[in-house]
Order: sequence, then C-alpha cells, then structure tokens
Amino acid sequence: MNQVPDDNGRYGKFGGRYVPETLMNALFELEEAFDHYAKDPEFQAELQYLLKQYSGRPTPLYYAERLSKHLGGAQIYLKREDLNHTGAHKINNSLAQALLAKRMGKTKVIAETGAGQHGVASATAAALLGLECKVFMGEEDTKRQQLNVFRMKLLGAEVVPVLSGTRTLKDACNETLRYWVSNVTDTYYILGSVTGPHPYPKMVRDFQRIIGDEAREQMLSEQGQLPDYVVAAVGGGSNAIGIFYPFIQDESVKLIGVEAAGKGVETEEHAATMTKGRHGVFQGSLSYVLQDDHGQVLPAHSISAGLDYPGVGPEHSYLKDSGRAQYEPITDAEALEALQLLSRTEGIIPALESAHAIAQTMKLAPSLGKDQTIVVSLSGRGDKDVEAIMGYLGGM
Amino acid sequence: MNLIDQTFAALREQEKTALIPFLTVGDPDAATTIEIIRQLEEAGADMIELGVPYSDPLADGPVIQRASGRALRHGITITECIQVAEDARKAGIKLPFVLFTYYNPVFQMGLENFFELIGRKEISGLIIPDLPIEEDGELRAMAEAANIHLIPLVAPTSKERIARITGLARGFIYCVSSLGVTGVRSDFHSGIDTFLSDVRQSTELPIAIGFGISSREHVERFSKQCDGVVVGSAIVRKIEDTLPLLQDAGRRKEGLEQIRQFVKELKG
Repeated sequence: MNQVPDDNGRYGKFGGRYVPETLMNALFELEEAFDHYAKDPEFQAELQYLLKQYSGRPTPLYYAERLSKHLGGAQIYLKREDLNHTGAHKINNSLAQALLAKRMGKTKVIAETGAGQHGVASATAAALLGLECKVFMGEEDTKRQQLNVFRMKLLGAEVVPVLSGTRTLKDACNETLRYWVSNVTDTYYILGSVTGPHPYPKMVRDFQRIIGDEAREQMLSEQGQLPDYVVAAVGGGSNAIGIFYPFIQDESVKLIGVEAAGKGVETEEHAATMTKGRHGVFQGSLSYVLQDDHGQVLPAHSISAGLDYPGVGPEHSYLKDSGRAQYEPITDAEALEALQLLSRTEGIIPALESAHAIAQTMKLAPSLGKDQTIVVSLSGRGDKDVEAIMGYLGGM
Repeated sequence: MNLIDQTFAALREQEKTALIPFLTVGDPDAATTIEIIRQLEEAGADMIELGVPYSDPLADGPVIQRASGRALRHGITITECIQVAEDARKAGIKLPFVLFTYYNPVFQMGLENFFELIGRKEISGLIIPDLPIEEDGELRAMAEAANIHLIPLVAPTSKERIARITGLARGFIYCVSSLGVTGVRSDFHSGIDTFLSDVRQSTELPIAIGFGISSREHVERFSKQCDGVVVGSAIVRKIEDTLPLLQDAGRRKEGLEQIRQFVKELKG
C-alpha cells in the first residue's frame, strides 16, 4: 500500500478539501501547525503525559475468554478503549487537538457530536486546558443522549442544539462548519472523526493510531503473534482507522469495518454508507456517501447515534476500493443482541457503537479455528446508552 | 461573446452597477420561479443567480436552507433547475443566468454530462461554493471549453490567495462581504474596503459583492467600489413571506407584484 494521503490530502481519488473559500487559509494554517507540532518533542511529551496520567493509557488488550468459549471459535481480544477517561477513544483526539489549538493561540474551540462522546471528550479537554468550548449536537441526539448533554454542561461547555435538517450528526457537522466559517479567526474546530476536509482525516488518524500501535505491540509481546482479524465499528471511522492503520502493512491481518445497517440494508433506514452508498462529495471530502440519484444526501438511521451518519472518512473509502479492508453491515437488532451477550459473558456493557463490532465478531468467530485470533476495538462503554437500551428492551 | 461579459460591458459604459438577484429554483415550484424571474427582470435586475437546492448547503444561512428544503420536498433535481433557464429564455427573459450549485449534484451527474447539458440550456456562468481552486482543475478546463464562466468566490480571509484565484477567474469575481454564511446581517467585515480594493487591483474583471446585502443602503454603499451587487437571502426571504399569496391563484399577482416592488427599491 502506498503512503496516503498525498500533499493535497488525497487517498487515491478520495479526500481533498471541498469547503468554502473562507476556510481555505484556516485549513492551511492548521496543516502547517499540525506538521510542526507532530515533530515537536515538547508537544509530544505533553500529549504523551496527558494520555498516560490523565486518560489512563495504555488501555489493556483483554482476552475475552468466556465470550470466545461461548462463540466456540477464534480467540477474541478486546482493545479496551472504553477504559479511557470519559469512556471512549474520542479523548485521544480531543486532547491532542485541544493542545494544538492552545499552541496555535486559539482560546475558543468548537466541536460537533453525535452520541455525545466526542462532545464530552472535547468539553473535557477544553476544561483541562482552559479553553472556551461550544458543542453542536442535533436536537434528536440531545434527546437520545440527555446524560451526555448534562455531562458537557457540567464540564463548562455550551451545548448548541441543532434544529436544521435531520437534527442528527450530519446537520450538527453542517452547523459546526457554518459557525466556523463565521468565527474562523479566533476559533479552533476540534473535528471528531477521520472525515471532513484535509488535514482533518490525516490528523485525526495520526492522533488515533495509538489504539492500533498499542494493540499491535500488545499482541506481539503478550501473544507472540499478530492477530488474524481486526474488527471495529465505523461511523465516520476514527476508532477503526486508529486501530487499522498500524496493521495496514501487515498483509496477513484482515481488517473488517462494521457499519450500521439500522433496520436492514434492504430498508431505507440504515447508515450503511459503504454497502449502499456511492462516491460523492460531502462535508469537505470525496468519499462514499448515502445519496439519491441526483446527489442529495440521504438521512441515515441507526440505533447508535455515533454511527448515524451518511458519510464516512475518505481513507476508509480508499481501503475499501483497494480491497485492503472490508466493510460489513450490522443491524440495530444484532447490535442489541451483541450488547447483551458481552454484558452477560464478560461483565462489560459496550457502547451501542462498539456493540456493532461485537455483533460482527459473533458472526465471524464461530467460522474460525481456535488457533485464530480476533482483536476487536471496544471503542466506548455503554453507560451513556443504558437509558436508551432500557427503552428498547423494555426494562427486561 | 459570453452574455455575462456583454452585460458588464454595457453597464460599464453607462457607469452602472449590476443588480444580481439570487433565488432558489423550485421555491415554491419551477413555474413560479420563472414568473418571479420575469418580475426581477422588469424591476431592473441585470443578471440572475439560479440557486440549485441542496440537502446540505453548508455555505448558506437559515433563509436559503429553508428555501432549499421547500424546493426539495417537491423533489426538484439539478436537471430541472437547469431546464428553468431554458424555459425562462423561451418565455422571453433576456438576462444572463448564473447557476449556483454545490458540487455533489454536479459530480453525480458527471462533469461531461453536466457541461453537455448546461452548454445548450442558456447557462452563462457557474458558481460552486464548495469547490476551491485546489479542487476545480478538471471542471475549470471543461467550463472554459464550453465558454461558461466559472466564477470564483474570494473571502476576506483569502489574503495571498486573492491573486491566484482572480488570475484563473472568468466572468466576474464574487467577493464575500463578511466571514460567515449567506444571510441578512447588519455588519460587514471590518476590513471590507481594503479587501475590495485588493481584489480590484488583482484583476481586470468586474467584481461583485454578496452575502448579507439586503437593502437599498447596502446596494448604494457598495455601488462605487463594485461592478455588481448580489442580493440573495433578502429576496429569498421576500419570496418566503409572499408564499401564501403565490400559492393562492386569486392573489398570485399580488404576491409577484410585492416581489417586483422589493427589487425595484433595491435597484433605486
């Protein structure tokens, strides 16, 4: 595989910078700052310190023995991103970008959020570093994720409910971009996924690759081998790129991204961007997009607010079209079943997003031999979803 | 010669500033859009920006977002929006048409199909707000070949990019009045006059200003510095306010007359 992206932010044909002219200089300024601080030992030392002492990294690679036995096939290892401070992998990126914002002399940060995990992580990093923080969240998601709305407020952030369009993550992203266009001179945009215009997909990947760097090292040192499979849920795709990226050159390792099939890919209510979408330009980059025949973006659906998005990061599109990774859809019902299974076999309640990766593992593991291994990115914990799950399962 | 060039050349001789209204095509429907265009022409507009409704208009404020939403609910497509230009021409409208569209609908049609279509449908210019010069190479070459002007946006944040952008431009330069999305506002960027003079010095092409121009005072404010003034959200809002009339056969004329009056006042 070639090194991507190129200087124009291209992953093969994907990526680029499709944004209003007003933002172009801000993107170049960001790229320059990122390139500079990525090589700056002081910046890196401060980031490593925070990731370790504040967020609790490295996260464990946990052998899920009871789950593996229950499924009766491959040995399953969970990369426990749920054990990070704030409960998900999002903090890896938010801490890094907030530090970068501060180095760039910005005093205000903004973020979009779906499930609220990136919003909470950004509000947390902003509180820690003394930055003013505004989080844009679709009104429907503020209802689905009330607890996270309150957490952000406790952390001192302002939560702006987005009333336009679908009132979910897609329109929260639009509104954050619109706000950024208006306030670009003093505001830093902490984008939460490997989506958007260059340099965001690259920058967020580089801040999330710690997941895969650790997992790879842990497999080698603790198990003496690379895994056969790496499985991760994909909304925008940040935890998946984070865990995939360090394995891309290891050709024996199969990479499986799991997207949300909602009520089924044969229905109109899903978020299976790779399975059902086509190449398109959406929110700053060329990638797979759920859209109609005339280029209008379609609303997505998923039980998981974090996967409820009609786009996907351009590097995933590149990995799909080059065949290096494959992408599989998992329905709401399958994710709920997986969430319960992991809770009962391992005592771990996963986030609904991560439950999609578990559900794919439930399909995959029994078809493999006991000598084979799967590393699953357990990207977040389920606390935020408990109330919603109670609604779905009827209190049990 | 491209109709946009002819229009600006004629206005320059008369020392006049072009009034360029924007409207969202298909709000409330394609037939009404053509009737509104006629009012705009009769009220003194010099060029028309035809806005293609898009699901995710990230350069637009709430007024144009709502108009796009209304038009899309009737299922209007980019092909139908382009057809409006030809139908308006057949109905006797003489003004040049500039198509304002986000990139994805164009990309989905395929660039070759798109230029093949607009080349025979009375479109003289093209504005694509989410296609900066770094991404527009292929499209610009095809626009050039079709003699359709690709009109760039320049912003107060463009700084050293201004000369590169205007150097590639055709038709005119669209100067964004302030940081932000389209929509009515009370303040323009504090460095607006310096910005406009920087753009002016970088090009021989006409320059127009847009984003937030909503009143006769604004039009006058910029008439001396600019060759054209784009009024978008203020007109789209006027259309929105007039919808109950436009959609009532008995009062439709009254609604159209109100839009004409509004544009007449802008023109002065």
